[in-house]
Amino acid sequence: MAKIIIDNKEYESDESKNLLEACLSLGLDLPYFCWHPELDSIGACRQCAVIKYKDEDDTKGKLVMACLEPVTDKVRISLEVDEAKQFRADNIEALMINHPHDCPVCDEGGECHLQDMTVMSGHNYRRYRFKKRTHTNQYLGPFINHEMNRCIQCYRCVRFYKDYAGGKDLDVFGAHDDIYFGRHEPGTLENEFSGNLVEICPTGVFTDKTLKKHYTRKWDLTNAPSVCHNCGLGCNIIASERYGGIRRILSRYNGDVNGYFLCDRGRFGYEYVNSKKRIQFPFKKQNNSLVQIEKKQAIQEIRKVAEGKKLIGIGSPKASLESNFLLRQWVGAKNFYAGIPETEGKLIQKVIEIVKSGKVNVPSLNEVKSYDAVFILGEDVTNTAPMLALNLRQAVRNTPKEQAAGLNIPVWNDAAVREVVQGNTGPFYIAAAQATKLDEVATQTYRAHPDDVARLGQAVAHAINPELPETDCSKEAGKLAESIAGALLDAKKPLIVAGTSLYSRAIIEAAANIAFALKEKEKDAGLFYVAPEVNSVGLFLISDKFLDQAFENVNQNDDAVLIVLENDLYRRTDKNSVDNFLQDYNDIIVLAYLENATTQHATYVLPAGTFAEADGTVINNEGRAQRFYQVHVPENDVESSWKWLQEIMPVGTAESTIHFENIVYNLVKTFPDLEGIQSVAPPADYRKGTQKIPREPHRYTGRTAMHTNINVSEPKPPEDTDSALSFTMEGYSGIPTAAITPFYWSPGWNSAQAINKYQIEVGGELHGGNSGVRLFDKKNSNIGYFKNITKTFSPQKGEWYALPLYHIFGSDELSAQSPAVNERLPKPYIALNNSDAWEAGVKEGDLLGIVLQGETLKLPVKLNTGLTKGTIGLPKGLKETVGTRFPFWITFKKIKDE
Amino acid sequence: MEKPLTQHIKNDNTWLSLKDYEKTGGYQALRKALKLNPEDVTKEVKESGLKGRGGAGFSTGMKWGFVPLGEDVPTPKYFVVNGDEMEPGSFKDRLLLEGNPHQLLEGMIIGAYAIQAQFAYVFLRWAYHQAARAITRAIEEAYEAGYLGKNIAGSDFQLDASLHVSVGRYMCGEETGLLNALEGKRANPRSKPPFPGVSGLFGKPTVVNNVETLCNVPHIIANGAGWFKSLSKTDEGGTKIYGASGRVKKPGLWELPLGVSLREILQEHAGGMQDDFQFKGVLPGGGSTDFLTGDHMDVTMDYAGVGKAGSRLGTGTLIVLDDKTCPVGMVLNLERFFAQESCGWCTPCREGLPWTAKTLEAIENGKGEMKDLDILNFQTRYMSPGNTYCALAPGAMEPLQSALKYFKEDFEKHIHEHKCPWKKE
Amino acid sequence: MTTQNNISEEIKKEIEEIYQHFPQKSAACIEGLKVIQKHHRWVSDEAVKELAQILEMSPDAIDSVATFYSLIFRKPVGRHVILVCDSVSCWMMDYEKIAGYLKNKLSIDFGETTKDDRFTLLTIPCLGTCDRAPAMMVDEDLHRDLTTDKIDEILKNYE
Ligand SMILES: Cc1cc2nc3c(=O)[nH]c(=O)nc-3n(C[C@H](O)[C@H](O)[C@H](O)COP(=O)(O)O)c2cc1C
Ligand code: SF4
Ligand code: FES
Repeated sequence: MAKIIIDNKEYESDESKNLLEACLSLGLDLPYFCWHPELDSIGACRQCAVIKYKDEDDTKGKLVMACLEPVTDKVRISLEVDEAKQFRADNIEALMINHPHDCPVCDEGGECHLQDMTVMSGHNYRRYRFKKRTHTNQYLGPFINHEMNRCIQCYRCVRFYKDYAGGKDLDVFGAHDDIYFGRHEPGTLENEFSGNLVEICPTGVFTDKTLKKHYTRKWDLTNAPSVCHNCGLGCNIIASERYGGIRRILSRYNGDVNGYFLCDRGRFGYEYVNSKKRIQFPFKKQNNSLVQIEKKQAIQEIRKVAEGKKLIGIGSPKASLESNFLLRQWVGAKNFYAGIPETEGKLIQKVIEIVKSGKVNVPSLNEVKSYDAVFILGEDVTNTAPMLALNLRQAVRNTPKEQAAGLNIPVWNDAAVREVVQGNTGPFYIAAAQATKLDEVATQTYRAHPDDVARLGQAVAHAINPELPETDCSKEAGKLAESIAGALLDAKKPLIVAGTSLYSRAIIEAAANIAFALKEKEKDAGLFYVAPEVNSVGLFLISDKFLDQAFENVNQNDDAVLIVLENDLYRRTDKNSVDNFLQDYNDIIVLAYLENATTQHATYVLPAGTFAEADGTVINNEGRAQRFYQVHVPENDVESSWKWLQEIMPVGTAESTIHFENIVYNLVKTFPDLEGIQSVAPPADYRKGTQKIPREPHRYTGRTAMHTNINVSEPKPPEDTDSALSFTMEGYSGIPTAAITPFYWSPGWNSAQAINKYQIEVGGELHGGNSGVRLFDKKNSNIGYFKNITKTFSPQKGEWYALPLYHIFGSDELSAQSPAVNERLPKPYIALNNSDAWEAGVKEGDLLGIVLQGETLKLPVKLNTGLTKGTIGLPKGLKETVGTRFPFWITFKKIKDE
Repeated sequence: MEKPLTQHIKNDNTWLSLKDYEKTGGYQALRKALKLNPEDVTKEVKESGLKGRGGAGFSTGMKWGFVPLGEDVPTPKYFVVNGDEMEPGSFKDRLLLEGNPHQLLEGMIIGAYAIQAQFAYVFLRWAYHQAARAITRAIEEAYEAGYLGKNIAGSDFQLDASLHVSVGRYMCGEETGLLNALEGKRANPRSKPPFPGVSGLFGKPTVVNNVETLCNVPHIIANGAGWFKSLSKTDEGGTKIYGASGRVKKPGLWELPLGVSLREILQEHAGGMQDDFQFKGVLPGGGSTDFLTGDHMDVTMDYAGVGKAGSRLGTGTLIVLDDKTCPVGMVLNLERFFAQESCGWCTPCREGLPWTAKTLEAIENGKGEMKDLDILNFQTRYMSPGNTYCALAPGAMEPLQSALKYFKEDFEKHIHEHKCPWKKE
Repeated sequence: MTTQNNISEEIKKEIEEIYQHFPQKSAACIEGLKVIQKHHRWVSDEAVKELAQILEMSPDAIDSVATFYSLIFRKPVGRHVILVCDSVSCWMMDYEKIAGYLKNKLSIDFGETTKDDRFTLLTIPCLGTCDRAPAMMVDEDLHRDLTTDKIDEILKNYE
């Protein structure tokens, strides 16, 4: 810690920081543009100017950029002297000479960093009296809107997109005052993290195109702290509503999880919530079609139907712990099935077993950035856990960055560090079934059948710990295993990444073995497993039966009632099995968000709340429990599934009337391991002073007017009895605890950058701690090595081993139904190994016929996907391949050209 | 009077071949240097007082001394010759490049030896085609003669060299912009620190020196620091190639002892003003230096002397303003150049220079307002040294701020008369 | 006008030769653009994309560099490019007269190409021959101490 003197006051600050970070962390208002806590300093915008003095006697000082000056002991600076203030105002004036001042029609208005900094700097009147330069805008795809005239050339967009996220198709063009940020030709921004431009850009150049379609100012949004439901990582989001529709998703900073960013699936995959296909009211099957009925009627009838019957419950990894638990309580543990087939469920159980053992560190998503050597087994993380890919890209730079430290270049001097690092990457190995996007930063890649990926993993483990069983692999693989083992052992913090996506238990075990072996060698090793869905881990913490078992237990007396919770079974397994299963039941109650194949078979459909209309807890891949809150109370019957369940349970059931928190309490009583979930968020009766935390900013407008077309008297705002949040603008206006922070705002800070004020140190932990509770941090069991080694894969003649290929846009059910994401779905295809294709006499684009679930599909051939001989790949989760249970053997036929 | 840099340069548009150069004692200094410790070469150069002739005037020996030597240092190291010469009104390096390329190469190789570099680049501006031919041929000859490549002149020292021809942009002359250009990137400047001596080309220790600076080096090594110091009239050491352009009788270049007076250059060497033209002012060292006026005729043209007079020696090439040329027009021309050549990286330069140019344009075209003078004065403060990322914009402010000082009435006249007094209708 | 602006095998070889000299292929970006321009006079969008493939860069990254530099022509130019120095010394020595004469004679403005595709007229910052101002460069030839009479003679040499 260093003593620093700012405007004659003494403060303490960390010497590893620069002066801008120090000032912001101390809560001082110093404007900036080009700096960003995650992108560090480049000194281009010249906005963070302060006066620095040589010593106590120096009265004149020198103008310096705070972001380029290290914190040193006894350094003396002033933010307040005229010279510094004047320069900052002048600089804004210069930035604004070409800015269109179109705030009234700009989507950024009211949450614009440029507006904030302009006010902060005190610049008011423009003296520039000449023509402004103008640019043309580009079409950038369905996610991002482009308005180049607003650009202030801070370079943050390209630095994020290119340098940080590895994007290729956004750059800076031209020179002098004709600098253009965009693509070399109009077209869709391809990078999976493009949406962050919306928050990275300090003004309205890059804005959210989905928001534009139903635009609302920040101050008119009702917001809730939420958790992204689109993959298993559990990134934190702010979801916002107006007039009953979800308007946008922003990243909600969590220093342990997603930090500042989100992937595009997470940001733009929300619009299914507003879909026309939403189930908004209860429906009942009559004459083979579903007819809308009154809520009361639905409740009464269902109660009657279920009365005294045997109940079968099918849970869901998309539903909250609370909803799953309540269903389990109602139907009884032995009748509750996780709505997941065994092939996947067993793997999740395995992951839980390993993670829970506490044998090696399971890093948080954010911590991934701190590892200096990485080995990925089997997982195409860009498509199965996108934000993990983003963080791994940062980890890749850790080893080369040490060179910069050796030259005394501070880590925050981004441009200088990058110059030393050049394009170099640290040890990064990928063994996968196909080519992956991260291959471009890999030291070496290995492409093989999942079994052989696992075998390579076992060979690496053996190379680290020779007592582990040996794998006889090819010379090439053996050498690779040696060098991977060497690199992992040389590293300070080696990280092993694997997951369930290839349905290979061997891969999961091999990954664990490597991490265990490294740990034994006293390495600070990390083991990161990707889980498929938002609550996959949570679901298997409270259930142990699979869908297949439900299918096997035939409904003998024909009188059991089936309750399906937030789960389209036709996406889980093949159509025939689901058809057979559902046929067995006369009474099927389905709680669903959207019409789907399963709702078609329901006798009653109840409108379940999505993340936007429900409260609940989910558990991510690392075992972190997090709470999400409903954003608004819709004007229909949609509500949390657990509420529906309470309502349709027979009156008098213990669970039927209790409060949300009692559900959690009961859950913890049943599963003491989950005790932590009680402290995930403050209780419903938590108050700041006497006040609740408002979901609406205090400048929310139009409340008295928004319903006047229906009724001139203002309806009473809905009450939230389930949480410490209120649905109105009244309440506590300071900084609440992280778990219940619905939006960021601080006096003078209307933009997303207001987050600075919520952090103890900029870019660090939130005041009161980051939200979420890790459930498995204690060493729980003594798990041993996995000694079983799979046999090597041998290709078959005339038959191929079909593997799932994942797509960030498309493989996930709900996000894919959001219009913007839907535009980005891949066309269905069949991916072939080049030599297999050559042998079969087919080329790129040829149509092949395959039989999936009894139906013949014609799919065009895609080559160069890096698949190994004897395997083919099919896109996972697209309409055409949905329900396919990977992996399986398949044959194909070439279809003659018409 | 000794003219070590130019005495052998022929004025028939040909350059000294390797043979010719060797006849003048060429590459003897290199042989001598290779027998010294690298540190001692640097020491000699440091003692000679040689200051960078690229404009900033930094001690060459000190710059070399910043590069880490020894076993455990980052490699490869690079040595770069800055032959970008795009400063308006400057044309001195061209003479040395076109006339005696081996002299430059010898200086470069000695410099590379002093910092133990493995690669050397000559970075040349695009328009110098003749120079490019000369350097290309000279590099070939040097390889053939064993002055480049392995075991240079029988020593253990190894150096590879090649020519890089730029594709425009004044920013390529700024040493870190130049490094980015050499790496195939946009020529934005880089943050300093770290200085190129620590992290330069491809992130490795690098020295960048001006052409003229390096041409001095063989002579310093051959004749010693004492001799070099004795060449100049002041204590800064050496000769300087001065030049003059504008309405003087004999525009051209002259190698003179560092520290001759402005009067001597203008009167004796440039031959005074052309008939019908009166002297009004002069930019002493290229487009980004402050004006000097008739009151400054006795200023000694060395770093300290010009500095004391409120300007900079810069490149030492005078741009002479006469009474029939509009000073506002002249400054406008310069500011347009600087605005055009800004890399666009930092705010003051990217936005301030075009604003400055547009304001001057308005004044020049009779559309100026008195408020515009405040704007211009504001710009000179806003873009003063330290406020911008590199020295381009502060340099650009030098002719403007001094013109506002010395030619204030001319600006006001434009505004009051709503036209340029020099423009004939 | 060269509309065919693809990278031939010959150009490709030349570029491949160049990147051998650099620690990374991408460092040969400017050189690659120069090679293309040497053969085709300018650099088309197609050529940018092909160069991107050779250097394993994105077209965006190539264009980012290409558009920074003033002497990489991203639009077609004539058979001969006239670069008239418009910097301070030449300006003082009657640049405007020279510029006006050229524009008139060729019936084009700066930045334009004659209809017969013979000349493209551009300005250029200081050619470094200020003692012999005004000056211009046609292709690779420097012409100094210009007068309007001289210009007629000079242009005859460029068909
Ligand atoms: C905008 C700008 C342009 C420059 N152009 C040149 C140039 O063309 N030639 C040159 O030698 N130095 C130029 N310099 C100075 C260089 O940055 C650097 O100081 C010089 O090359 C170092 O060599 P020296 O120490 O031998 O003078 C320029 C500086 C700036 C700020
Ligand atoms: S587009 Fe936005 S982020 Fe990019 S430079 Fe302009 S203002 Fe900065
Ligand atoms: S934030 Fe410091 S210069 Fe931009």
